[in-house]
Amino acid sequence: MKKEGSSPLYNSIWQFFSSVKLTVFVLLALAVTSIIGTLIPQNASPAEYVRAFGEFYYRIFFVLDIFDMYHAWWFQLLIILLVFNIVVCSIDRLTATWKIIFVKEPVFNVSRFRRTSDQESLTVQQEAKTLEAVCSSLMAKNFSYSRTETVDRGICIFGEKGRWTRLGVYTVHLSVVLLLLGGLIGSMFGFEGFVNIAEGETVGSIRLRSNNSVYPLHFEVRCDDFNITFYDSGMPSEYRSRLTVLEKGQPVYQKDIIVNDPLRYRGINLFQSSYGTLPPRQITLNIESNASGMRYRKTVVFGQTIELPENLGTFTLNDFQSAYTFRGQNIGDVFLGTLLQNSNTPVSLVLPVRFPVFDKMRKGDAVLSVAEYQQRYYTGLQVTKDPGVWVVYIGFILMIAGCFVTFFMSHQSLCIEIQSAGSESRITVSGVANKNKLAVMKKVKKIAETLRQLTENSEIQ
Amino acid sequence: MNSSIILSVTTFVYGLTAFLYIFAWVFRKPFSARLANAAALVGFGGNTLGIILRWVESYQLNIGHAPLSNLYESLVFFSWTIIVLYLFIELKYKNRTIGIIVSPIAFLALAYASLSPNINDAIQPLLPALKSNWLIAHVVTCFIGYAAFAIAFGISLMYLVKQKDPDQSNSLVSHFPALQVLDELTHQMVMFGFLFLSIGIITGAVWANSAWGRYWGWDPKETWSLITWFVYATLLHARLMRGWHGRRIALLSIIGFGAVLFTYFSVNYLPGLHSYGAMSK
Repeated sequence: MKKEGSSPLYNSIWQFFSSVKLTVFVLLALAVTSIIGTLIPQNASPAEYVRAFGEFYYRIFFVLDIFDMYHAWWFQLLIILLVFNIVVCSIDRLTATWKIIFVKEPVFNVSRFRRTSDQESLTVQQEAKTLEAVCSSLMAKNFSYSRTETVDRGICIFGEKGRWTRLGVYTVHLSVVLLLLGGLIGSMFGFEGFVNIAEGETVGSIRLRSNNSVYPLHFEVRCDDFNITFYDSGMPSEYRSRLTVLEKGQPVYQKDIIVNDPLRYRGINLFQSSYGTLPPRQITLNIESNASGMRYRKTVVFGQTIELPENLGTFTLNDFQSAYTFRGQNIGDVFLGTLLQNSNTPVSLVLPVRFPVFDKMRKGDAVLSVAEYQQRYYTGLQVTKDPGVWVVYIGFILMIAGCFVTFFMSHQSLCIEIQSAGSESRITVSGVANKNKLAVMKKVKKIAETLRQLTENSEIQ
Repeated sequence: MNSSIILSVTTFVYGLTAFLYIFAWVFRKPFSARLANAAALVGFGGNTLGIILRWVESYQLNIGHAPLSNLYESLVFFSWTIIVLYLFIELKYKNRTIGIIVSPIAFLALAYASLSPNINDAIQPLLPALKSNWLIAHVVTCFIGYAAFAIAFGISLMYLVKQKDPDQSNSLVSHFPALQVLDELTHQMVMFGFLFLSIGIITGAVWANSAWGRYWGWDPKETWSLITWFVYATLLHARLMRGWHGRRIALLSIIGFGAVLFTYFSVNYLPGLHSYGAMSK
């Protein structure tokens, strides 16, 4: 669309952005450059990149933002180009088709219908006047708009439908703009963070993924319980956290969340994303004395020192480690403690949960093992806020609807031309469409067939 | 009788179908083409039965879920969609030569699923992340899209072969549908595939938003589906706005299908969130 009286510069810029060549270029450029980020892992640590590519290429890639390329200026620039292209193209073409779409009295061009190859003709033994009534009611039944006109060779009955489907392609374009707008709103006013909450504990803030800073929530979240269930094969079946939302210390909302079923509260979403084990607060020990063969049970709290029976000394519980390595073997969760017998030097004890006889190897006066403890979990939550998500979802709906309309519907116009020749009449049905010619051809055949049947029936009467 | 056996038999039926279509084309035996069509219908029946039975079996194992949860199941569904779409095209366009290229694709997909030692065909329980109503919508729509693109790819190949021989000197190629028909069919299939790929990406995004709290994360598979989308969007714009036809459209459709294959199988080589679709290690 060239604007009269506007500057040549404006016109050339407008032409640049309204060209489909630009569309093809930008789409292919986005496709090709997007490949990079799928081959080079994104947002890994610099050390890993240096190891993989060497110092020289690391620097080049770093300058080009290859390690976070989907947020790099040049990638964003391509997206902005696409948006400008879409908007300008749409405005450019919509101003032209606007008059076609929003018209009160559509104009039908007889010669266009006469020229098309999509037509069917039949000759019937009836007068034009009676046929006109039959045809116009048939048109009215099949098309949202129909009108009868007198033309040079007789009468034409026009009908059309799907004028609005010309808007389909603009709907798709609008949807793309909405998706990007929604993404922009999300990145400006939303956040993505995470928080780990131990069972029984309450948090009021989370950590942001972008810069690892602490972000206060306007409410508190307590994890009442965390549970994993397994299939018989040992595969995890479900991770479930019972969460309670507190406002000013008062519980206001409670929900069990699982993967795929988050908690949403005041625009903030909490997703089940990971879990982990925590050292228990206390454990129960089995103590088997070699001298007497007696077994004792004793409870010990972390950091506390307890007196062992039969004068076997004192035991201090120091630490808990998961995936402990012993002579190159992973022996799982272990408790670490210190045994002090009489005036001897303190001995470090390793008490694996899975191997109760492990301490026998020490060949001491007693064998200590972990009898029981309460496993404590923490739940790992992904915390997000994205006020742009509804804009994106509207974009999604518009995209599906728009694609469907654009690809599979069309603006169809049909014309039934009736010419009288004595007692006979010649009927020609023809159709045109802005796209999907196959459909209009079918419609022409169907209307012609219906007319054939209708006129034959009336003859019998 | 279990689903694995039925699907193995179906593989051979598809192999026979492909053989019969090619035989009918090379030796110009219309009867063989009718047989091929019958074989395709039998294969379709077996494929359908296999999918349903596998679904039932998963419930008998108390881990009931739609059979769309791993590479094996997706390949089985992929060949099913290809055959359904193909049978529809054959019915609509009354031309059986397209079968010579489409039925081997269905055969290869199912043969790869059934015979490859890297693909585990055991029915496994669903991981927590896959337990969602979006699973069926996402996988089904994606694979309808992939199947349409696969058929568009086959037709584009036929177009290029036929175009190489403009004076119809090769009697084999002269039995392909007219260039115009092949061109139009490619376009139709691409539009159909594009709609379903869009819905597939969208349902995946909505699912990701309910599982992980973000609708887009530039995960390699996500990105590749978008690359595929870009390629086909280019094709559609070039055709509708720049009037590209024939050879260039056929080439773009072939490139597009390359992107589809990469989207489908790249999870084996690239790290990401879609690892459940990968081969079992």
